[in-house]
Amino acid sequence: MTTSTVEFHQTGDLTAGNRLQDEQQASRQSTQQRFNSLTAGHRACQGCGEALGARFAIDKVMELTGDRAFVVNATGCLEVFTTPFPESSWNVPWLHSLFGNAPAVATGVAAALRAQGKSDIRVVAQGGDGSTVDIGFGALSGMFERNDDVLYFCYDNEAYMNTGVQRSGATPPMARTATTPIAGANPGNPFGQGKNMPLIAMAHGIPYVATATISHLRDLEAKVAKAMEIRGARYIHIHVPCPLGWGSEPADTVKLARLAAESGLFPLFEAEHGEVTDSSKIRRQVPVEEYLKLQRRYAHLFGKSADAEGIAAIQKIADTNIRRFKLLREEE
Amino acid sequence: MPSQPGKPSQVEGSIAIAHAIAACRPEVICAYPITPQTHIVEALARMARLEQLGNCQYVNVESEFAALSVCIGASASGSRAYTATSSQGLLFMAEAVYNTSGMRLPVVMTIGNRAIGGPINIWNDQSDSMALRDAGWIQLHAENNQEAADLHIQAFRLAEQVNLPVMVCVDGFLLTHAFEQITLTDQEKTDAFLPPFEPIQALNIEEPMSIGAMVGPEAFMEVRYLNASQFDESLEPIQSISEEFAALFGRSSGGLFEHYHSEAAQTVVIALGSVNGTIKDVVDNLRDEGASIGSIKISAYRPFPAAQLREALSQAERVIVVEKSFFSGIGGPLFNDVVRSLENSGIAHYSVIGGLGGRAILKKSLIEIFRNGMEESLEPLSFIDLDQKVITRELLRQRAGSHGK
Repeated sequence: MTTSTVEFHQTGDLTAGNRLQDEQQASRQSTQQRFNSLTAGHRACQGCGEALGARFAIDKVMELTGDRAFVVNATGCLEVFTTPFPESSWNVPWLHSLFGNAPAVATGVAAALRAQGKSDIRVVAQGGDGSTVDIGFGALSGMFERNDDVLYFCYDNEAYMNTGVQRSGATPPMARTATTPIAGANPGNPFGQGKNMPLIAMAHGIPYVATATISHLRDLEAKVAKAMEIRGARYIHIHVPCPLGWGSEPADTVKLARLAAESGLFPLFEAEHGEVTDSSKIRRQVPVEEYLKLQRRYAHLFGKSADAEGIAAIQKIADTNIRRFKLLREEE
Repeated sequence: MPSQPGKPSQVEGSIAIAHAIAACRPEVICAYPITPQTHIVEALARMARLEQLGNCQYVNVESEFAALSVCIGASASGSRAYTATSSQGLLFMAEAVYNTSGMRLPVVMTIGNRAIGGPINIWNDQSDSMALRDAGWIQLHAENNQEAADLHIQAFRLAEQVNLPVMVCVDGFLLTHAFEQITLTDQEKTDAFLPPFEPIQALNIEEPMSIGAMVGPEAFMEVRYLNASQFDESLEPIQSISEEFAALFGRSSGGLFEHYHSEAAQTVVIALGSVNGTIKDVVDNLRDEGASIGSIKISAYRPFPAAQLREALSQAERVIVVEKSFFSGIGGPLFNDVVRSLENSGIAHYSVIGGLGGRAILKKSLIEIFRNGMEESLEPLSFIDLDQKVITRELLRQRAGSHGK
């Protein structure tokens, strides 16, 4: 059989393209050798950020462990679109139990492996923002404080997309969801609500916390690699735009992820034992409008109903992140 | 710590249960504290610390929901897993209770039976395990602490043979905190009786599989049907494992149910759990007076041995069901199960509710009720030692519109 190398090059940012990297460093998004823990044929929407994030996260885990890892999945989009019985898109040992218990199930898997003397098999768990920051929060906090040997991935698309785009504790201010509609005096999700899960994870003092995004896949892979060098509870919070829920073009998913990072709304950083150790510097800072205007969930901020105050308030969140996580290079 | 296997010693029920669990060589134990289950898991936590449980991992968690979820993860990874809970704890883990049986994971869980609130009440009745009676778990009920300990060994064997989870129901305080003469579990016999856990399906790296897939309308009915029919078929192994246990250990723990002078009795009392001790005393007293009365202790409540019970009651004229749970709408669940199994038999049936929230069920009260039953002067539904004065006063007050003042 003749094979041809298919290469996808990341475009639209200022990082060196794959084609300029050493063979060892270059990221291969699609080759016939790639493990593909999440295979084609699943039922995610076009342009799904979560599918991309999960594939890269789990692929890296499998690559690093030599396919010796178990994956626990919370209920949610990822679970539903990958495993409609009798089909499964997972090429890995995969276990789903409930919406709110993935961290505890993963603890049980890790405990069983320890009891069986098979701790060389690693355990990862994954869920969306609803299961992570809301319904499974207690279980996740318990897993963190016990420092159980589990790497947990949160794929954050900022609302309950699987049930039809309702607000979660990770929904950003002003965003329209089915339960924070554009109606009344204060349209969209209120300011002053929601939780910052990476900071909460850090407050547990666990060995490793990182944020990552699907526009920076090599950064994401590097963070997974870092996490896998460590034993104990680890947390990686991955920003995954959702065309369906955000009202954006499927083709803009990666672009939106990049704009979220470049505006400062989604800071990319790492922390060890509760202290920030590094953050990714913004190469080309953009105002939040550039990010917001591509999403119909923020449509009420623009056009006839233009809300300059609202946009300014969101810009303030970005500015705070930039200061807090030192996202801009110091002036030379 | 009394420790002479094979000879009875004076120990607390919870400690005897912990010894039985230890002898079953669990690999993962995970529990959250709730009265009155605590002494069991405290004892196991200590054994784990002292490395008396081999590689067993004892995991402290933040809720009962997590406790059973940890067992789900462990069991799905091929490890023998155990938890214990009571009352609110069982309700808090309810979603995981159904999930465990739906995934056919052979977890064993002790229920230290306790009332459910509100109003909050920590004392014994059986409304907790009754509330989850139809969750697809086998339910075994213990009359005394010897049975409580022994049923756990059978529970693991049974669970792993039929790939279903098992609850062992033990009356809170009345058994969990009672000191009795108990023969602690013999390790060698347990090892002979209970082979290592070999799961039919578990996560493994050689053959990656997806466990817990989403099942749609095209297959869900079949899954449910198969689960239910295989659940019902477990009555046979409950009986045979019970007989095998009795032959090896020299003591029986009830099987599906146990007769007490009931084979030829006109009046048969039916009950679950520790109240059977009091009932047997009362049966003895009434039989001394010449009454034709006996009792049946139901040991296997789920699946319910309906056909076997009907057969066993072929000589009876009436049954009196005494139970420690009561639900708005259905009344006593055990009574409903008994009535269903007696359909068109012509046998009269009476429902008696008692012991709710830990109220003692006294011999003198039972004697009066059973006498009334034998004279056909018992109400279809009656309550043991219900304070009618309080009820009447409250009803009058409410009707007068003065409640809340």
